[in-house]
Amino acid sequence: MSTPTYAPIRTTSVDLVGLEARAAELGGRSIKTSSKRAALHLAIRCIDLTTLEGADTPGKVASLCRKAMRPDATNPAIPPVAAVCVYPEMVIHAAASVAGTGVAVASVAGAFPSGLSDLGVRTDDIRSAVADGADEIDIVLNRSAFLSGDLAKVHDEVAASKEACGDAHLKVILETGELGGYEPVRRASMLAMAAGADFIKTSTGKIPKAATPAMALCMAEAIREHAHTTGRAVGFKAAGGIRTAKQAWHYLVLMGETLGTEWLTPDLFRLGASSLLNDILLQLGKLDSGRYGGPDYVTVD
Amino acid sequence: MADHLPVDKTFKLFIGGAFPRSESGYTFQVRSADGRLLANAAKASRKDLREAVRAARSAQAGWAGRTAYNRGQVLYRVAEMLDARSDEFATLLRDGGRSDESARHEVEQAVDRWVWYAGWADKVHQVFGSVNPVAGPFFNFTFPEPTGVVVQAVPDDPPLLGLASRLAPAIVTGNTSVVLAGEAAALVAMSLAEVLATSDVPGGVVNILTGDVSALLPWALGHLDVNAVDLAGAPDDLPDEALADAAENVKRLVHGDPTAASPSVIAQFLEMKTVWHPIGH
Repeated sequence: MSTPTYAPIRTTSVDLVGLEARAAELGGRSIKTSSKRAALHLAIRCIDLTTLEGADTPGKVASLCRKAMRPDATNPAIPPVAAVCVYPEMVIHAAASVAGTGVAVASVAGAFPSGLSDLGVRTDDIRSAVADGADEIDIVLNRSAFLSGDLAKVHDEVAASKEACGDAHLKVILETGELGGYEPVRRASMLAMAAGADFIKTSTGKIPKAATPAMALCMAEAIREHAHTTGRAVGFKAAGGIRTAKQAWHYLVLMGETLGTEWLTPDLFRLGASSLLNDILLQLGKLDSGRYGGPDYVTVD
Repeated sequence: MADHLPVDKTFKLFIGGAFPRSESGYTFQVRSADGRLLANAAKASRKDLREAVRAARSAQAGWAGRTAYNRGQVLYRVAEMLDARSDEFATLLRDGGRSDESARHEVEQAVDRWVWYAGWADKVHQVFGSVNPVAGPFFNFTFPEPTGVVVQAVPDDPPLLGLASRLAPAIVTGNTSVVLAGEAAALVAMSLAEVLATSDVPGGVVNILTGDVSALLPWALGHLDVNAVDLAGAPDDLPDEALADAAENVKRLVHGDPTAASPSVIAQFLEMKTVWHPIGH
């Protein structure tokens, strides 16, 4: 049996102090009035509106889809979000709800959130979600293999998942909080992109250590390096713990400053979130009315 | 040995159980009646108000969910802590121009006011609730519920008694409060925050902002997540538009004697809920 050979993965060392300082500096930027409105609209267009709970029902997914298509029932000027993100079992319901509207259906698949089941089971999960109508698939990186040093296995699993996706876009969740630092995250980013990921994504949202701006910057630098060496633009998705409009536009600033404004589209940037959308709607309401709103004035999800 | 350097206290704000500086970075000077510089106090901005309302909202359900008996215990604890620091408050009141006797009297009255309202915690339902006669096979009950988040402009004078007389009746039933204290009452209000922070009052139940009350009140009146605004200690130059804004979410506007002690003050921060219940067999 012949051993496959792999092109070497270039990993640059990460300056921890510089990275965190740069991320903090980009997060301190103040955005006002018309720029703020534009940033908030862009953030909405980049949201993957997510529900990933054991208690999800077809009815709950349908109401999530209605909110995705028209986030503010009273204001048609608010754009729809990029996608709804659900469990594979719910894909068929979500696809029926958003058919023909431009809102995509994303599904976590492949033994989310651990990724620890037989590869064949995981790729079948992906194929079945795509067959049900998923446009995008979010898989998790095999952290167990990655942390054991079996990078070839990690690579091959991502490549197999990409193949199972067919035309659907593949997002690879690194779960940065479990990788143990910036350099492993950088290495995992390069590995996932080399194996064919269309997007790399920070977190599952299922562990307390969620996305941080510094982790996002670390991954964005990897994307920049990958684009520079291969010419392929890979997208970035921040997820987990993003609840406020301010956090959302900090990610926009960080992407724009690191990768250029061409990355500031739903094709290359996503925010995975559930409660974020309501906070953005409250902020837009404040811009329109000059008054502070409150949770009584947005939908209960 | 007199070589100890005095450590002056930095007066900040009280939001969500913590003592942050104003988001704006602004401060104002507080001077004693005879012109000495007492402190630089934090001048709260509208964004501090927004954060305080958010803290009050997230604390409200938990505070209202405590038993009435427990809320009464917490208010009594405030009285204990206030009494233990009576010298400090008397000094602050003397700095404001009071005689020693008048300052001590006000501190005693304030302690008594907290104790008095603590006692009301488990009596409000009996006094304001009722079983109503109806023409049908139903029980019909009316019972009081807290209004929710209350923003309170407290009087400049008397600062400590005024604060006790407005704050205690608002929170005793399960409301949470954002207190706006003017420049003259700032040091007393922030010292009371230290009392509250050590009295088992959960973070966010009382939030205290100091500074320009006239500038902050219109934001409070327009805020859609504020359920009532207490104007008992408010300046009387509020613009009509600000008061009209308060109607947007049917806010309760409360007026009254800033030092009154009465169950009717408690009732000003209550909503009456009536339920019908079938009579079973």
